[in-house]
Parts: sequence; C-alpha cells; structure tokens
Amino acid sequence: MAKAHSDHESTRRDFLFIATGATGAVIAGSAVWPLIDQMNPDASVLALASIDVDVSGVEEGQQITVMWRGKPVFIRKRTADEIATARDVSIDLLPDGNARNANDPDAKADDADRSFGENGEWMVMVGVCTHLGCVPIGDGAGDFGGWYCPCHGSHYDTAGRIRKGPAPQNLPIPEIAFDGDVISILNEYKA
Amino acid sequence: MRKTLKTRAAAGAAVLALTAAPSFAAGGGVGVIDHDWSFEGPFGTFDKAELQRGWQVYSQVCSSCHSMEYLHYRDLSDPNGPALPPEQVKAMAAEFEVEVGPDSEGEMFTRPAILSDKLAKPFPNKEAAMSANGGAYPPDLTLITKARTGYTGIIKQMMEGTGGVEYVYSLMLGYTEEPPEGFDVGDLSYNKYFPGHLIAMGQPLYGDDVEYQDGTEATIEQQAHDLVAFLAWAAEPQMVERKQAGLRNIILLIIFGALVWYSNKKLWKPIKEGGEA
Amino acid sequence: MGNIPQDHYKPTSNAEKWIDDRLPVGGLAHHLATFPTPKNLNWMYVFGGILALCLVIQIVTGIVLAMHYTPHVDYAFASVEHIMRDVNGGWLLRYIHSNGASMFFIAVYLHIFRGLFYGSYKAPRELLWIVGVLIYLLMMGTAFMGYVLPWGQMSFHGTAVITGLFGAIPIVGDMLQTWLLGAGAVGQPALNRFFSLHYLLPFAIAGLTAVHIWALHHVGNTNPTGVEVRRDPAKTKKDTVPFNPFYTVKDLFAIVVFLILFAAFVFFMPNYLGHPDNYIPADPLKTPSHIVPEWYFLPFYAILRSIPDKLFGVIAMFGAIAVLAVLPWLDTSRTRSGTYRPVFKQFFWLFVICCIGLGWVGAKNPDDVIFGSTTVSEHYATEDEVLAEQDRLIAEGASPSSLVVVQHVDIEAHKAYWDVTQTHFAFRYIHLGQLLTVYYFAYFLLILPMLGLVERSRETPESIEAAFAAKHSKKASATPGGAVATPAE
Repeated sequence: MAKAHSDHESTRRDFLFIATGATGAVIAGSAVWPLIDQMNPDASVLALASIDVDVSGVEEGQQITVMWRGKPVFIRKRTADEIATARDVSIDLLPDGNARNANDPDAKADDADRSFGENGEWMVMVGVCTHLGCVPIGDGAGDFGGWYCPCHGSHYDTAGRIRKGPAPQNLPIPEIAFDGDVISILNEYKA
Repeated sequence: MRKTLKTRAAAGAAVLALTAAPSFAAGGGVGVIDHDWSFEGPFGTFDKAELQRGWQVYSQVCSSCHSMEYLHYRDLSDPNGPALPPEQVKAMAAEFEVEVGPDSEGEMFTRPAILSDKLAKPFPNKEAAMSANGGAYPPDLTLITKARTGYTGIIKQMMEGTGGVEYVYSLMLGYTEEPPEGFDVGDLSYNKYFPGHLIAMGQPLYGDDVEYQDGTEATIEQQAHDLVAFLAWAAEPQMVERKQAGLRNIILLIIFGALVWYSNKKLWKPIKEGGEA
Repeated sequence: MGNIPQDHYKPTSNAEKWIDDRLPVGGLAHHLATFPTPKNLNWMYVFGGILALCLVIQIVTGIVLAMHYTPHVDYAFASVEHIMRDVNGGWLLRYIHSNGASMFFIAVYLHIFRGLFYGSYKAPRELLWIVGVLIYLLMMGTAFMGYVLPWGQMSFHGTAVITGLFGAIPIVGDMLQTWLLGAGAVGQPALNRFFSLHYLLPFAIAGLTAVHIWALHHVGNTNPTGVEVRRDPAKTKKDTVPFNPFYTVKDLFAIVVFLILFAAFVFFMPNYLGHPDNYIPADPLKTPSHIVPEWYFLPFYAILRSIPDKLFGVIAMFGAIAVLAVLPWLDTSRTRSGTYRPVFKQFFWLFVICCIGLGWVGAKNPDDVIFGSTTVSEHYATEDEVLAEQDRLIAEGASPSSLVVVQHVDIEAHKAYWDVTQTHFAFRYIHLGQLLTVYYFAYFLLILPMLGLVERSRETPESIEAAFAAKHSKKASATPGGAVATPAE
C-alpha cells in the first residue's frame, strides 16, 4: 500500500471520527439543556411576575402591602407632611444617592424621582431591607418617620431612603405603570 | 370485471359489520366518525381560528356544567393555541369571581379573576356538581380527549391515536336520532356513539348555540368540530412544540447514527480482515 | 475460570501516579476500557449498554420530575398536569420518563431472551444471571410504584388489584396488605411511601448493576458460539478486542438506533403505551371497566388470571419469575449456545411465542371467546319475550350459565331488540392463557432438564478466533493484502 494513499485514508478516517464526535457533543448538549432549564421559573410563576393593584380605595396616610414574586411590596399614599419632609432633605445627606428606581436607573435619590402620582403622593417599594432581607416595619416607624427594620436597626425616611443603620441602599422601586387607579407592577423575570 | 367483484365484496362486508350490532351488555359503542383535523400527523398544528371558536362554544355552552380544571386564563393566549390577545382574555377573566383569602379578619372574599387564575368552575366541588346533575358527574374537560378512546386495535391506535378526539366529536353529533323503538331510555338520553347508548348528558349542541364572532356559520357540525379542536389543544397544549422538537431530534439522531455506523465499519475493518487489536 | 488476562495499568505522569497510590481509579478506568471482549459478539449483545443508558435516563429525568411533583392524593394528578403545562420542558421530561419505563423493559426483555438463547446463565455465570434476575425484580417493583404516582384511575385501581394479591397469602395476608398500604385501602399513606420507594429503588438497581458488571468482568462475556475466551494471554488477544473503542462505538450505534425508536414514541405517540383511563383523576368509588397493567406486566398478569384460585394464581405469577433464578440448574445441556442445539432452538422460539402470547392474553378479557359454537335465538321486541325463551331453553336442559340475554341496538336499522345466546362450546382467552402458562413452566421445569440429556448438539467451534475467521474469511480473501497491511495500524 502506497504511503500517500494510506495518509489519505487515515485523514478521511480522522475526519469521520471528528465529525462523529462533534455531532455526539451537540446531541449530548441539547439533551442536558432541558435538565437545566426545568429549574427556571415556570409558566405559573411567570404569570404572577406582573400584578395589578387597584389603589383607588387607599386613603391618604394609608399603606397596603401586596405580595409580588413572593416578596412584600409596600404601597403608601403619603400625607402632604410626609411629602414635604422627604422633599426637604438634601441629597448630600443621604448614604445612597441613587433613586434605586427601576423605572429610571440613573435618577438621583430626589423624592420626586422615587414617588408617583400628581403630587408625588404614592410610594411603591419592595419591602425587603437592603441589609439582610428582613421586612421593615412601616407606618411612620423609625427615627425618620418612614420605615424601620427591626433586625439590625436600619432607618428609612418617608421616601424609603436609608438614613441610618447598616443597610447600604434605599428600598428598591420596581418597574410600574400607573393610570391613577391601578398600579401595575411590571417587572417580569429578565434573563 | 375484477373491480366489480371487489366492490361487491366490500359492500357486503360493510352491511355485515353494521347489522352485527354491538351488544348492550358488553358496553360496546359503534365505530366513531373518522373526521379530519388540522392537528393530525407529524406536521399537524392547531388552527387558531378554530380554537377561538371552540373556546366560544365551551365558554357559552359546556362551561355551565363542565369544568376545565387544569387550564388557566393565561393559557388562552398561548401562541400555539387560541392565541387570544391578553387584554381580551383579561377582560373575559374579570367577568368571573374567584374566592381568595383569608383577608386580615380571616374571612374568605371574592375578587375578579385574573390571568394567572384557573378557569372558573361551574360547581365548587364534585359533590355539588353531582347533586345538581341528578347524581351524574359532568367530567372535567381539560383532558377529555386523552381520557377517552374511539379506536381499538394495536395498529389502528399506533397510526391514528386512541381516537379520543373522534369519540368526543361523534358524541356531540350522536344525539340526532330518536331512540329505537323498544329501547327504554328512562331519564337518560339516547346517543348513537356512547357505549351502551344511554347517556346522562342531554343533547348539548343543536346548531346556532353560539353566534360566532368571526361570522362562521354555527352549524352543529361546525360547533362540534371547533369545540373538539379546542379540547384537543387543552389536553395537549405542547403538541405543536413536541412534534417540531421530534422532527429536529430524529433528523439529528439519524445523521449521528449514520456517522457512527461508518465509524464503526472503519474501526472494525482491520479486525474483520484478520488483524489483532 | 477467573479473570481474563489483561494488561495492567501503568500510570505515566506524576499526577496519575499520585492519584493511583491513593485511589486506583485510573486502574479501574483502564480495566473497563481495555477489557478483553470476544470479537464475535453480534447485535443481540448491545442491550447491556442500552440498559445502562436507560437507567441513567430514568434516574436523571426522575430526579428533576421529583422537583415538581407533589405526592399527595389531592395534588398528585394536578402536579403532573402542572409539569406537563407549566414547567419548562416539563412535558418532554415526563414523556421521556413514562415512555422510558417501556423502553427499559423492551431492552431488558431482549437482553433476557439473548441470555436464554446463548446459555448466558450457565456455569460459571450463575451469580451473574441471578443478580440480573434481582435487577429485573427491582425494575418491576420500581415501575409498578412509579405508575401509582400520577394518581389516575389506572394508578389507583391497579394498585388496589396488585396489593390485593398479597391478601391471598394465608394467615398473614391481610396483615401484610394493610402494612404495605398503611391503611385498609389505597390512599395517602400508600402514595407517599410508593413515591419514596420509587425514588430509592433505582439506586439499588444501580448498585446491583455494578455487581452485575463486576461479576461479568470476573468471568468474561459469553458469545454466540458459547466457547470461552482462551485464558492464555497470547490466545486471549486473538479471541478478543479491547472494549474501547470497538464495543463502545458499536454499542453507541445501537444506542442511537434505540434512541430513534424512543424519540418516535416520546414525540409522536407519547401516550400510545399508556392507558387513557390514567388521564382521569383517581376515584375510589368508580372502577374502570377493564383494568390492565402496563404492557410489560401483561404476561405475568395472564399467568395470574389463568389460575382460578387466588392463592395459586399468585404463587404461579411469582413462580414464573422465581423459576428464572434457578434456571442455571434446570438446563442440563453441556452445550452452552443455542446455536448448536437444533431441538432446543425450536422449543426456544416456541417459548418466545408463548411469552408474546401470554402478553396478548393478559390484555384481553379472560372470558371473551376466541372461538366456539353458539346458537343465537330469533330477535324479540320485549324483555318478557326473551325471558320466556330463556326459560324454555332451560326447560330443554340448557345450563343457565351457558345463556346470555342481551339487548342490542341495531344502528343501521334503527331498532332495538333482545336475543339470547346459547354457548355450546367456547375456547376463551382464559383457556389459551392456561395452555400458554403450562408451556411456560414446562419449558423450564421439563423441557430444559430433559432436553439436555437426550439432545445431540452440533459440534462447537474450536475457538472464538476460528469462528470469527470463518465468518469473515470471505471478506478477507476478497481483499488480498489487506489482512496483512492493516494490523500494522
């Protein structure tokens, strides 16, 4: 058998083996994917990723808590006093200068950039302390008349901004849509 | 000449099959109507318009007695299914009240249904359903086409499925005849296709039971067809995805199989020629 | 017999040596990869690899399904529908798992029949065989308990029937059944414990599989000739090829073909092997008209039903499996492979047909008539008339049990009528089941012990090498020079 022929033969064989191995790898990969993907949020969980909350019945100074994606969301219609107190604070005094508002990620932590409604009377925040995940107490609790986390003593003001204590960030505001009566909390799971 | 003979033989067989009537005691039904569906075969898909009309029939006729326990309002927007716009489904859902709670005082309360809710049920539980229907339980319809058989035989079922779809379709159309003389139906109804012919459900479809939004003429056949297509989707909403994935995977496996076959040949060639490994 | 001579593992790098001094995993991998395997294995020897894959598929899909399933009587059925509808790819995982059970049994039956034909159970492979029978038993237990979990009508009433079998055992039967179910009937305790055991047993199967392979590697594979691999190292090399790559690639091809069949079921007829009644949630008050187990249990179900006595039916059913365990001592033939046993071959194929026949009978109503002779009365319009006719026949000496009164609806003529059928003689499915059951046991208990003593086997080849060369000599001589040139590669 000539050497050239045998080389040619073995190249062809190598190519066959490589093609077989590559196809096998593709098949093995596509077989593994469903096993991983099944742990992602399923359709019933995704269906609850957006909720509508009718707030037409909420009075001034009243706070309701709704469950969204397994977490509490505080919705508060603030009094004029609370709004005034919050708007009076200089940004420089705040430990966290970012609004933490999913609707406007770059906004500064001005009260106007964290509140909703005609006069900024509505606060909508995920009610989970940014320190270690406890649920803060509301309705004017804490040194700043907003929310207070009993676990490690974080104080939030009437705009839900961290003022004192170990929490690093303001209470986060989810993406919402508001038509005056219904607050839709929109944020779907993002890949 | 030969053709004539054949035809005659076939016709004779058909007459025999029909006169050899099924026995009452054995609970046998007659063969179901073989009907064409868009979702048959390896490439079959659901027809959006059919499913939307079928949903109309279910929600306006069947849903007064039959639940669809495993379906959510959100499912009606399935792009492989009825694909109704979410806004429209939202409005439809809001017409139903669901019991939720407890509230802060420990009381259960109702609110309008939302997309993530299950379809509202006509009866709160099985017992209530039975007592309202003279002791007969109107079965849940979500899986009805998978839970019934119309075809028998190993080969027939392999080629055409269990025939549950055809059975439900036939059942919808099986009320049209009066019971035969001498056949006592009592409080029940006579249905040509129901095993034993005595069914507790009264005739559900007559024609023009709904007014189709898309203007299709609502004959009894049309309504039965649309309804059953909708039920088939509800029983197996992933069917389209499944068949498409199947074709992809089988093609991939065939290619891989061919490569492995040639690799194996090459590998064994020297051994078969008397060599040692 | 003992081990087949095989090259030992020599760690090459320092890292390999470091590991090998502490954990001889490299040696194990080397042993498995280079295991000398007879070079004449045919396509019936691929099912071991396929079965290993089946076990992996079932365990992996089972574990992920358990992440979404709820073992509670109120939620089990709904949680399966949740998997089918909501979980990402859940329908695929569930259909793979449910059809995977069937595929597993297809492969195991072919594997067992292979062993039966080629005498794989004969000395020195008795323990290898018995471990295999134990694996098969565990598979049946696992499959049975898995079928309970969807909590459909067949799940529920099938469990009631099968656990009812234990009630047949004298004295302790009822107690045992109650203990098994944790209650007087099938319910929450049974569902929950079956879920737990269904999760556990596959790992026991995996453990026994390791023992099965251990035993296999001690005694070596059988092969179609039934001739042992020669133990002289130089001759061993002529009889065998290293498992990898020769059988890894060959098995891989078989696996791909098997997966295509598997995929055809999963993607295009996922419910074909299941039962429609299992899409109806379990209802303890309403029994399906025709309870049948999954297809892979049908032959044993037929044996159970062919015996009219409950206790003896149960004994026969379990005996049908137990007889496999003692098979190595029942077959008295000195020739291992069926290839060289002309008479055995015929009984063997008859046995295969018998098993398929039992499966067929198991799916049928035992009282249905296969053939017989009957007389049908004329048609009567009313029930009173037909009852009068019945009385007349009894007065003439007909036995009441031979008479069946039925109301018919003639769809075509649109008429209802009554008639009475008198059965003079009938060969029913139960009778066929009885005949086949007799053959099933006779095969093991009479035919195999006696045949070995009287049958004259054909001469077996001198060695695997000789048999292999004889089979492929045609090809080798067709390519002169090739046989000389290729070994160098």
